[in-house]
Amino acid sequence: MNTLTEQWIQITPTSEVPLREGREVKLGSINIALFNLGDRWMALENRCPHGHGPLADGIVGGYGTATTVTCPMHSRRICLDSGAVVKPLGQGGPCVRTFPVKVEDGIVMLDIQDSKAREVAA
Amino acid sequence: MKKRLVVIGNGMAGVACVEQILKHTQNFDITIFGDETHVNYNRIMLSSVLAGEKEFDDIVLNGIDWYRQNDITPRLGLRIESIDSVAKTVTDVDGGVTPYDKLIFATGSSAFIPPMEGVKKSGVFVFRTYDDTRQLLELSGPGIKAVVIGGGLLGLEAARGLQVQGCDVTVVHLGDTLMDRQLDPAGGGYLRAKMEAMGMQVLCGRSTEALLGGSHVEGIRFKDGEVIEANLVVIAAGIKPNSALAKTAGVSVNRGIIVNDLMETSDPDIYAVGECTEHNGQLFGLVAPLWEQGKVLAAAITGVGGLSFNGSSPAAKLKIMGVEVFSAGNFDCSRPGVEAVKYEDSSLGIYKKLVLKDGHLEGVILVGDASDDHRYMDWLRTNKDLTSQRRHLLTPPPAEDAGGDVAAIPESETICGCMGVTKGDIIHAIHTHGVCNIAQLKDKTRASTGCGSCTNMCKSLLRAVAPEFEEDKVKVLCDCVPFPQDKIREMIQSQRLKSVQEVLDIYGNGRGCEVCKPAISYLVDVVWCGDHEEDRSARFINDRVHANIQKDGTFSVVPRMRGGVTTPAELRKIADVADKYNVPLVKVTGSQRIDLLGVKKEDLPKMWEDLGMPSGQAYAKGLRMVKTCVGDEYCRFGTQSALSTGIELERRLENLYTPHKTKLAVVGCPRNCAEATVKDIGLIGQEGSWQVVVGGAAGKGVRKADLLITVETTELALEAAEVFFQYYRENGHYLERSYDFVERIGIEKIRRETVYSTDDVRAGLLDRLRKSKDRSSDAWLERNNPRATQFVQIEPMQMQYQGEELAAK
Ligand code: SRM
Ligand SMILES: Cc1cc2nc3c(=O)[nH]c(=O)nc-3n(C[C@H](O)[C@H](O)[C@H](O)COP(=O)(O)OP(=O)(O)OC[C@H]3O[C@@H](n4cnc5c(N)ncnc54)[C@H](O)[C@@H]3O)c2cc1C
Ligand code: SF4
Ligand code: FES
Repeated sequence: MNTLTEQWIQITPTSEVPLREGREVKLGSINIALFNLGDRWMALENRCPHGHGPLADGIVGGYGTATTVTCPMHSRRICLDSGAVVKPLGQGGPCVRTFPVKVEDGIVMLDIQDSKAREVAA
Repeated sequence: MKKRLVVIGNGMAGVACVEQILKHTQNFDITIFGDETHVNYNRIMLSSVLAGEKEFDDIVLNGIDWYRQNDITPRLGLRIESIDSVAKTVTDVDGGVTPYDKLIFATGSSAFIPPMEGVKKSGVFVFRTYDDTRQLLELSGPGIKAVVIGGGLLGLEAARGLQVQGCDVTVVHLGDTLMDRQLDPAGGGYLRAKMEAMGMQVLCGRSTEALLGGSHVEGIRFKDGEVIEANLVVIAAGIKPNSALAKTAGVSVNRGIIVNDLMETSDPDIYAVGECTEHNGQLFGLVAPLWEQGKVLAAAITGVGGLSFNGSSPAAKLKIMGVEVFSAGNFDCSRPGVEAVKYEDSSLGIYKKLVLKDGHLEGVILVGDASDDHRYMDWLRTNKDLTSQRRHLLTPPPAEDAGGDVAAIPESETICGCMGVTKGDIIHAIHTHGVCNIAQLKDKTRASTGCGSCTNMCKSLLRAVAPEFEEDKVKVLCDCVPFPQDKIREMIQSQRLKSVQEVLDIYGNGRGCEVCKPAISYLVDVVWCGDHEEDRSARFINDRVHANIQKDGTFSVVPRMRGGVTTPAELRKIADVADKYNVPLVKVTGSQRIDLLGVKKEDLPKMWEDLGMPSGQAYAKGLRMVKTCVGDEYCRFGTQSALSTGIELERRLENLYTPHKTKLAVVGCPRNCAEATVKDIGLIGQEGSWQVVVGGAAGKGVRKADLLITVETTELALEAAEVFFQYYRENGHYLERSYDFVERIGIEKIRRETVYSTDDVRAGLLDRLRKSKDRSSDAWLERNNPRATQFVQIEPMQMQYQGEELAAK
């Protein structure tokens, strides 16, 4: 794979992920947590930087201006946009990788060709 | 000798001005007359009092001690009737004459009543004072048809308050769109949609001609002849300055008392401040400029000088929980050279409009999301050149640290718009006065004592800056929904809110978090006896998949084994299932049942199916188990049937949620082999009777349960346990174990309100318990009807990339 162009992969009909919930998607070697926020969809690696908790099982909410998911293990809050741990600050370890998501004709699509994802694979 | 200063009006502007005067000098002998009987309170917050969010004590600004400490003579409930500006005296309604050297008018304004018939009928009110509010509270309630005349700030807040009290509310507005003085038609349209979504009727473009009925109002008639029913009417059609009294003093009065930039009237010894004033032809209806006026007046009257009042750009914020509306400046776009930048999202109900002229902000309208209001106010106030920021006017570039956005605010920016307190002022107070909680901050800076909408911002600042930040004394559920749990429970009930999201939208920030969402999930369930809208996204993962998550992301399975009693057949099934699914650990738990640990999420439904046993709810904040001893069925000391009683009790309560986990035990005699005296509810058999005990613990702490009642029959013992169980469900705070609950409420009160209360109270508790029970079911049956992909990983529809390829890049 050596192009940097977008490469969207069809994942699932939107109906498979209930509103404000997350689901786990296995894509190659990456395990992704996909979230349906109603007005938008978000995706990030399904692995909490603290102790590898399954983020797809977390509760979605807000913290300050960030939209977050709270890890079900020890309640780290991860920003869905940036993948950063926003609470507790400075204790979270590295950012979680995020992936672009879009919905076309009722199908959720992920782009793991994104440069960030390439780092993951590397 | 001290000069005599008389202030007429004990309201917000007058007293705030006196506070400022006291900062400069103690050289006045101050008397304040007020025709209301109450001490100085926050009029703005009357809306919150009407909406049941606050009580009078919460809105007092200066209590009676303040007057004493500052040597001020308060003359409350006493109206000034006339002034002799030559003799320099004021005369009160009782004929008392008080001389002054300096006089301040701070008489505020009164509700404007448009010409219409029938305004004198009973049931017709204005909304201005605490006394008005109290009467409205007394008369409102379910079944009352309330009509609010006026769809401005005040009218809408009144309407919402009455609705919270249970009334059926209609808002009647003369203009074509709501709040047309503060919003453009599009903004007004969004606001209308929000009010209607809350269940209010809105009638625009209606002019009221008459209030109908006998001595009590029964309806209203519009100019077009249409009639609607009403048994409570609130007129909120505007205000008019109380300036007539000033005329008796010979002071120049137009609509308001005319003041110059120093707040002086035409009489050198008479000043005026507040809504009774008119400055450059402008009248006032919001506190921020009045606060400014008070500072100027104080500087002028004490001779400190240096300040002058230059009018103000009005900013208005609607104080209805869940309906964010903010408006400031001039938003008229028909002027030449003026352009508008807009953002609109009709499904989220968000509308934002900035009005610009030559790269500077002139006006702003925010509906549905007013979170950036302080930024726009700052741009307005500083007349900031926005040319370089043009691309980010409505969408701020994401802050570096999303959680700590207070850091990004410049020090000069105003945090509390009502009281004009900047971020710099707050930081100064923290550093120089050691302020570390909201109460101290209010005291030192007055921040957050106005409409209260900046409280969260102040808290974030305190949290970020004050080394010894203290949370408030009143424990609120969470910053997302900043109310105590009891209050939220009431609001769910009175507003008929059936889902978590509704509560978050109306009373919270619309988003919630892992702290408040499960709590509200519990509250809507218990308030509606299970007839709520279940929202799995608001539940912790354990309650979504009905199993306890383990440290490696696998789950544990604990089948229900009522009373700790099992059979060889069940044990065989458990053994088979453990083999079939390679369960890594099978363990007898501390609660007399069997735990299968380390199960994969996707195996859960199949395993439940194979087991064919109900869920033991070992993951839930709900009924766990009823432990039993063998009791009189086998034990030679047994006096009561612990086994059958325990199993029956478990059947009656299983599948129900409770504030925290609830564990029970039933023992056949006081030897207590199943540890009933340290359970949330315990039944202890003795010769001829049962003791029912509650609030025991043997977990993090040990607490011996308190005796609830001693009864003779098994049925009465079961019923006592059920009554307490439901009482705890209805009054316990989420995550409050029974041992804390019993200590908080006190066992005497609990006994009075449960087993020793009247027949109908007990019947009510049992009835609601039965209702909930009827609606509940074994969670593991969801295996037959799972909610979308609940237990499984999603398989991508298109698998273009294999792991190896990706890894190879
Ligand atoms: C499985 C079990 C231990 C065992 O192997 O025996 C157990 C396991 C856990 N207990 Fe327990 N408790 C178990 C019986 C008890 C008991 C004994 C009893 O129920 O009679 C107690 C003391 C009584 C009590 O509840 O107070 C007990 C007091 C606690 C506490 C302290 C509660 C307290 O307020 O004092 C916690 C922590 C909490 O709830 O905050 C806790 C929390 C936990 C959690 C749920 C921790 C967690 O959040 O993940 C453990 C889950 C382990 C897992 O990975 O599945 N467990 N735990 C027992 C399950 C009983 C069952 O069949 O449902
Ligand atoms: C329900 C409600 C909600 C509001 N919400 C907001 C808001 O969110 N934001 C905002 O900025 N503003 C709000 N306001 C407006 C704000 O309360 C007023 O701007 C402010 O109270 C005006 O202060 P004042 O001192 O001029 O008048 P007042 O507070 O009315 O004080 C005047 C006092 O003088 C007394 N008085 C009058 N004549 C006499 C006399 N002859 N003798 C003795 N006493 C006399 C009156 O009884 C009164 O107590 C709200 C008002 C109401 C009623
Ligand atoms: S005692 Fe502690 S470690 Fe053991 S099961 Fe309970 S919570 Fe887990
Ligand atoms: S594993 Fe996510 S917070 Fe610990």
